[in-house]
Amino acid sequence: MRQPPLSPQMTIALPVLGAASILLAWQYLLPLLGVPAYIVPTPTAIFGVFQKSFSLLIDNLRPTLIEALAGFVIGNLAAVLLAVLFVHSRVLQAAYFPIVLFFNTIPILALSPIIILIFGLGMTPKIVIAAVICFFPTLVNMIRGLDSASDNEHELFRVLSATRSEIFWSLRLPRALPMLFSSLRIASATAVIGAIVGEWIGSDKGLGALIIQATFNYQSDRLYAAIVLSSSLSIALFCIVVLIERRVIRY
Amino acid sequence: MHNAIEARQLDVGYGGRQMAVKVLAGLDLTVAAGSFLSILGPSGCGKSTLLRVVADLLDPLGGTISVLGETPHAVRSRRDVGFVFQDSTLLPWRTVRDNVRLPLGVGQGSLTRKIEDRSAELLELMGLGGLSERLPRQLSGGQRQRVAIARALLGEPKLLLMDEPFGALDEITRDRLNDELLSLWRRTGTTVLFVTHSIAEAAYLGERVIVLAANPGRILKDLDMRPFKQEGNRCKREDPAIVAAMADLRVALEHAS
Repeated sequence: MRQPPLSPQMTIALPVLGAASILLAWQYLLPLLGVPAYIVPTPTAIFGVFQKSFSLLIDNLRPTLIEALAGFVIGNLAAVLLAVLFVHSRVLQAAYFPIVLFFNTIPILALSPIIILIFGLGMTPKIVIAAVICFFPTLVNMIRGLDSASDNEHELFRVLSATRSEIFWSLRLPRALPMLFSSLRIASATAVIGAIVGEWIGSDKGLGALIIQATFNYQSDRLYAAIVLSSSLSIALFCIVVLIERRVIRY
Repeated sequence: MHNAIEARQLDVGYGGRQMAVKVLAGLDLTVAAGSFLSILGPSGCGKSTLLRVVADLLDPLGGTISVLGETPHAVRSRRDVGFVFQDSTLLPWRTVRDNVRLPLGVGQGSLTRKIEDRSAELLELMGLGGLSERLPRQLSGGQRQRVAIARALLGEPKLLLMDEPFGALDEITRDRLNDELLSLWRRTGTTVLFVTHSIAEAAYLGERVIVLAANPGRILKDLDMRPFKQEGNRCKREDPAIVAAMADLRVALEHAS
């Protein structure tokens, strides 16, 4: 039998209660079960790091934020432009899309040392890794989106004697936007992953570097604080994408 | 004055000249300017294909076709053709008004005839005045088809091609839109080619009804409806003469499939 729907108050209250119950169990139950603090520090201990070492956290958040954002913009922009090129030239698409797909099968973790070899130790390799990780889902989605207009829609534009660029701006692009935004939402999380993975190898700044250092120094509370901050960064990027999406796509 | 359409020995098909699967074979058809032609036939008989050749969406494999005395391409480039699809083909991100105004935004290049903005007038005419800021998803099926018709009429086309435009609507809405279409036709004097599956609709709307047979598509019956109707293509659906004509068409359609 289907359950009746929840009231609006409950749909807000229940997730809050759910999270609170987990945090309480984490705070009080885990130590009782004998889980040592160097493996799982309590929520209050992690919160304490935010008070104690706020400037350290912010100093390490800044480079990761810049790398993730820059990678997000560059990777997605490159993907969109290449998708536009591919849908306008079937020859180019047939020649190069399989190669692009092949590159996509290389795990980013295997690729990142090479990227660091090429671009050195600055911010650039991290931006490149974040960009590469955003690039493929957006490219594939954007190509599908730009091709998603129906035969009737194309015929309609042809009857109206629309030019290629009019068809692009008035039909293909608006048709592609929902699919573009669904890949941008995915990219908002993966861009942060890319930046952090980049910082694991050869970096002393950023949340990724902080995670590695804290792990080696058994500073579990600091490690968990860095994780919380990383996921907050992803959530913030995700929310920005969703806000823009709601403004752009009204239908 | 030229005929609206003159087709001689028209072959249309897919798959190129050698391997062609012929959808229409040796079709001869003359349609007088300003007339209302209903095209009836079973699925796959090439009804829609014929419209697509007239609209310059598809090139014939052989034979000749002239539209308004010119090539289909010339007529399409001048935007003298309006097309209404079975699924209204409204752009979901545009409001009703902006969907109707689509022909103003695209294809206004130098080669083509400039179109005036008559959207407000057309929206009133089609009973959409209060809905102009709505999005397509907020409309009923009948309202969507009204928008599609208004869009097709914006450029004051000399030729209106309709591919089963009311096929997906309920009967009451369909009957009402039939009457609205006839009154628009009387007012504008545009030539209408109307493809349908429905015998009743074909007989009620057309001054003339052709029945196409399938495999390959050819004209099986060509019935002049004017003797059964009054001045201005007016008739009652239940008129015995119309009902008899419908029976006649039904027999032809049974042979066609």
